[in-house]
Amino acid sequence: MGVGIEVINLNAWYGTNHTLQDINLHIPANQATALIGPSGCGKSTFVRCLNRMHETNPIARVTGTVRIGDLDIYEDAKPVQIRRRVGMVFQRPNPFPTMSIYDNVASGLKLNGYTNRRVLDEIVERSLKNSALWEEVKDDLKKKSGASLSGGQQQRLCIARALAVDPEVLLMDEPASALDPVSTSKIEDLIFELKSQYTIVIVTHNMQQAARVAEKTGFFLNGRMVEFDSTHKIFTNPSDKRTEDYITGRFG
Amino acid sequence: MADKGFEWLMVLCALSIFAIVVLIASELVKGSNLSWNQFGFDFFYKSVIDSYTKLPNYWDPVNGHFSALPFVYGTLVSSFLGLLMAVPLAVGLAVFLTEMCPPVLRGPLAFITELLAAIPSVIYGLWAVFVLVPLLREYVNPMLIKLFGWTGFFGDDNPSGLGYFAAGVILAIMILPIISSLTREVMTAVPNSQREAALALGATRWEMIWISVIRNARIGIVGAIILGLGRALGETMAVTMVIGNSPGIYRSLLANGTTMASVIANEYAEASNDLHRSALTEIGLALFFVTIIVNAAARLLVWAVTRGAPARVQ
Amino acid sequence: MRSERKVWSRIRTLTDGAATGLAVLSTVLVVAPLVAIFVYLIYKGASSLSLDFFTKIPKPEGESGGGMANAIVGSAVLLAVSSAIGIPIGIGGGIFLAEFGRGTKLANAIRFTADVLNGVPSIVMGVAAYALIVSPQKSFLPFTGHFSAFSGGVALGIMMIPTVCRTTEEMLLMVPNAVREAALALGVPNWRSVLSITVKTASPGIITGCMLAFARVAGETAPLLFTALGNQFWSTSLNEPIAALPLQIYVYAISPYDDQHRLAWAGALVLIVLIVAAVALVRYVTSRGVLKGAS
Repeated sequence: MGVGIEVINLNAWYGTNHTLQDINLHIPANQATALIGPSGCGKSTFVRCLNRMHETNPIARVTGTVRIGDLDIYEDAKPVQIRRRVGMVFQRPNPFPTMSIYDNVASGLKLNGYTNRRVLDEIVERSLKNSALWEEVKDDLKKKSGASLSGGQQQRLCIARALAVDPEVLLMDEPASALDPVSTSKIEDLIFELKSQYTIVIVTHNMQQAARVAEKTGFFLNGRMVEFDSTHKIFTNPSDKRTEDYITGRFG
Repeated sequence: MADKGFEWLMVLCALSIFAIVVLIASELVKGSNLSWNQFGFDFFYKSVIDSYTKLPNYWDPVNGHFSALPFVYGTLVSSFLGLLMAVPLAVGLAVFLTEMCPPVLRGPLAFITELLAAIPSVIYGLWAVFVLVPLLREYVNPMLIKLFGWTGFFGDDNPSGLGYFAAGVILAIMILPIISSLTREVMTAVPNSQREAALALGATRWEMIWISVIRNARIGIVGAIILGLGRALGETMAVTMVIGNSPGIYRSLLANGTTMASVIANEYAEASNDLHRSALTEIGLALFFVTIIVNAAARLLVWAVTRGAPARVQ
Repeated sequence: MRSERKVWSRIRTLTDGAATGLAVLSTVLVVAPLVAIFVYLIYKGASSLSLDFFTKIPKPEGESGGGMANAIVGSAVLLAVSSAIGIPIGIGGGIFLAEFGRGTKLANAIRFTADVLNGVPSIVMGVAAYALIVSPQKSFLPFTGHFSAFSGGVALGIMMIPTVCRTTEEMLLMVPNAVREAALALGVPNWRSVLSITVKTASPGIITGCMLAFARVAGETAPLLFTALGNQFWSTSLNEPIAALPLQIYVYAISPYDDQHRLAWAGALVLIVLIVAAVALVRYVTSRGVLKGAS
């Protein structure tokens, strides 16, 4: 089951760039939350702060509190533990090029020390079914490399890989921006399915996508969160002028 | 915890490269102490005059006279000859490969030059002893003597075909690939806009190569040449097999000589006493420092060009 | 005016032609010796190779027959020692340069030192190994005080480190960052991610890099002259002088006997086949990219 995320006074820097400034919000459990805004507004940095991927860059720095469920991720845990609870899907599909489809999905478990064949088989199948890829690949799970799939399939493979570790939260950083419309709609359907089991945070600069999949939407601008509300409210009756300008296409 | 440990292990491996350089230097310094105390700096440029023959006596293990002068001379002469022959060919090859070569030939030719670089020194030596030296002895040397004998650089008193010149030829063949491949690297780093600019002015292909490619890449080319020099200075086996191994200083390029590396190869295992071995170690130390400096200089020049924008020192 | 310009344009065309001709000529002059060496080597080597070469040890000077079996085994022993030293340290150093030290001053200094160490003449490595292992009676290292296979292996191993280190780094840098991020995002500890994902992804390239270093030292003679020394008899002990293929080629090449010259050619052919195979493999793998199937 998913858990809620509480963000309090989050600030982040890249070198001397203050990329996130005083972010405060509550992301509800078992819903999809969309983050929109023009490119460079800090929305990607924000999700990378939720699983401490931000700090893999040596010039990056973070302050503030992020609570996932009841775990303060910057105080109580190591990055490795957090990333097992918070899965992530990246902008461009990035399957491990030298591994088969099966090994790609099982990689997170194997690397964390799971060896039981039967359990692995079961989880791989379940994850691929959850990511709606099972029917397309079940015959050559171990024959084909992850890199031999099409772009959309690769992205669903990456989702399966993230799901296999059984996270509570799934972060998606513009998961469909590199895909064609058909693959995009498959991913969106998938997000709908997955909401019941996971808390989903999705970064997108496609506003229709946000409107289609998310219950809540946050609008980022220049490193600040301008507005955070139900998706319906944001797209029909935003309370901030800048949000209105953005969704009506005056800039961005 | 495991992460930190792993990182430290990797750092340790990396640091061992420093440690090796320091270890080599300290062992060589320790080993050459005896000779250094005895001869000091004179070792590299002075020699004892034999009281009987009135000729310089450079290298006399029996009486304990040691001077590295003939070896320094032999190293410089053979390396210089090698560069003289290799550089024009290497640059020509690089120009051909980057600017003129039909794409079909580029792969195989690059592969062939790579192969030249991978052939062991001892096999070059073997080939030189049985093919190159007879060729020089029968055809090339007589011609050189006839044409240039009057300069005094090509004396006719060594019928063996061995000597500085043979060493220079084999060195040229051996250092060609490294000079050529690095030259190619710096030439490829010249942006295409530079070439187009020259061609748009109505330049011929050669003018374009000269104005935009060679001028922009020249610092890197100098680096490549210096790197080739570094190889030539330390090259051992092939040179030892064809230079004739005679510890003297001769004006004639066709005379037998010795280099710093080849005297070590010939005498180290059977050095007659501690002073002899220490003198040989000191030659090794000198070779170590010279090649380190030469290589460092060359790398800096090549880096300056291939990293970032082409050098703009006009 | 007009005719002057015509002449000038003529000169330019001629210069262009001449330059092209010179470039082609130098290419021919570079390729010619290689072809000459190879043709001669194959011709002489193949006609001298026989089963004896691989199964017998050298006959005493002047007697005909014999082979280089002990030198082949000796080379294998020396290369095993050198690989045991050079490959792990080299790969470790390469991992540091590509994964941990990227952009730091320390990494730049190490990269530079490795390149410079690569240019130190092999004969100097021999002198250093002699001073370190052969000459001292007591030391922290084993097998000291006399010529030994161990000392030769150490000299060769040190020579492998810079090559292995730099190719490992280059291959790891070719692994896209997305692959590292994907591993880290799964909650994999960094060391596992580096070893099981990044290094594994680049492993075809790293292995061929090791083979390249291996092929280079396989042909080295100078550092063995006064460390491994050579041996006319069977020996596989690390504690004793040992024969090596390139050493034996050298000794036979400068000997006065025709029979030994033939063995030298045969040895050279065996050595070069090994090396050419390694270089060709490296070229094949690197041209195909380290990532099979990755777009």
